[in-house]
Amino acid sequence: MTGSVASTGSIWVVAETNADGSLAKSSTEVATLARTLAEAAGLEAAGLVVAADPGAAAEELAGYLPRVISVAEPAAAENAWAQVAAQRAVPILTSEPPAAVLTGAGPDGRDVAGTLAALLERPLLVNATAVAWDAGPSVEMSVFGGKLVTTSAFTDGEWGIVTVRPNVVTAEKAASPGKVESAEPAGQLELPLVKIVERTEEAAATLPIEEARIIVAGGRGVGGEEGFKLVQDIAAALGGAVGATRAAVDSGWIPYAQQIGQTGKIVKPQLYLALGISGAIQHKVGMQTAGTIVGINRDPDAPIAEFADLVVVGDLFDVGKALLEELESRG
Amino acid sequence: MEPVRPGHLMRIVVLTKPVPDPAAAAERLGPDGRLDRAAAPAVINGNDEYVLEAALKLADTQGADVTLLSMAPPNAVETMRKGLAMGAHRGVLVSDPALAGSDSWSTVLVLEAALRQLEYDLVFAGFDTSDGVAGVVGAALATRLKLPYLSSAAKIEPDSGTGTVRVRRISPTGFDVLEAPMPALIVGTQLLGEPRYPSLKGIMAARSKEVVTKSLADLGLDAVTIGGGAARTRVTGQEQPPARGATQVVRGTAEEGAQAIVALLSSRRLI
Repeated sequence: MTGSVASTGSIWVVAETNADGSLAKSSTEVATLARTLAEAAGLEAAGLVVAADPGAAAEELAGYLPRVISVAEPAAAENAWAQVAAQRAVPILTSEPPAAVLTGAGPDGRDVAGTLAALLERPLLVNATAVAWDAGPSVEMSVFGGKLVTTSAFTDGEWGIVTVRPNVVTAEKAASPGKVESAEPAGQLELPLVKIVERTEEAAATLPIEEARIIVAGGRGVGGEEGFKLVQDIAAALGGAVGATRAAVDSGWIPYAQQIGQTGKIVKPQLYLALGISGAIQHKVGMQTAGTIVGINRDPDAPIAEFADLVVVGDLFDVGKALLEELESRG
Repeated sequence: MEPVRPGHLMRIVVLTKPVPDPAAAAERLGPDGRLDRAAAPAVINGNDEYVLEAALKLADTQGADVTLLSMAPPNAVETMRKGLAMGAHRGVLVSDPALAGSDSWSTVLVLEAALRQLEYDLVFAGFDTSDGVAGVVGAALATRLKLPYLSSAAKIEPDSGTGTVRVRRISPTGFDVLEAPMPALIVGTQLLGEPRYPSLKGIMAARSKEVVTKSLADLGLDAVTIGGGAARTRVTGQEQPPARGATQVVRGTAEEGAQAIVALLSSRRLI
């Protein structure tokens, strides 16, 4: 990128919080990335937390970044978060032009990124699977369902917003914690508020699949809720989470939160064990970057045989039960 | 934009993006880093079909007028016919040679301008697109248009009596129920329900439905600030993802299969 102006300003992270006020895991990853990039580029890294009660998350974020600004905004408690947060972020992000703004690529991250882009009139690069720094963010993305990896940049002289996929960076705290400053929310919220009239927490049956090191997933071949019992047992024996294909979710065997693939979640566990999953493109896009992929499938010609490390051809119940016994005998 | 008029038909605009058919596995970028649209047949983006279905269900149950809005090359009219065959009433296609190679910022500006020329109570968009997987255009559009923004919708319930809409939004730990006045922009998910197949009657009817094509000039926009020439992002490289290693295939008894799995996991220190 010769000829472009060397970037100045900070690399900012707009962080997300969990329902209990703690820092979202994806934000620990994005913060780690921002700090690493800033160190390499000789820039500052900074974070921003906007929440009704941002204290705990801001302290946590300061474990990853040298500077964190915390904005206590009561409106964030009973209204949809992203537009409130983006409006509070604008004056802070524009007090000096940033080098880049990073968010997570999950539902809240993309909402806040899109809103910020509109408010700040900045371009976006989305769903980064890796980010390097070359006078600005150089963003790797997986497109067309993983068939192609592209690298993109903002055009010269532009800074923009980058959303980063979960699990592409390993969160790592800084050697020493940073400082938290508080900023008062300034001015009116001009965008229409969207009221949260009801919140329902569903009992988390298993570990969230985006955070799991091991995922055992079932597809159409599992045949029903009862079949998923075996998937769950194997997941429990391996200390992993349970995932599923869209067909299994559509059949009502397992909740949507567990769905992996194009219209579900994109995961990157160290081990992906697929039971009765053919590996069609719509599912493959959600799990193809897993460290090790193992399939148990009756059909030796299923697409999963093209990208798995190991495929066991056979009845998933017979092989699954034998596997469970093997695992249990290992204690 | 007038507020919802009680007793009048609800007007819904559904953003639909023609994308290369993921099942055809022929998507590619041209040497200029732009999507090679000739390489793969186009289909309606899968996630957009869920929100279209939600709009059509509202049309079935309480009456609604459904307009498809796309920004795509001229041949996208054919792709839009499927949405019309499913039951949408008309289409608006923004098409202009200058839009080839647009980034998401240009997409936002174009759709914003197109929506300003339409009347609506609700705008629906899909969770993301299978080609670019951006998922940020809906939030940016709502912000530009100063519309309430309700995302990750699993259920959409407008109430034309009160002029408000309720959305069940999937949250990381369950769901929230959101409420806002209409007009509003809603981004929906697969949980809205399986899209219908066009009926033969629907396919016939779609042939005579109107698709209005608009150029940048029709929208009062110019190619200096919008489209491929004004892109604020650029593709600097493209490559095939690294190939995974060879697949080991084990056939034999269930026990042999199980042992092969345990051996692999153990050698990779996964157990």
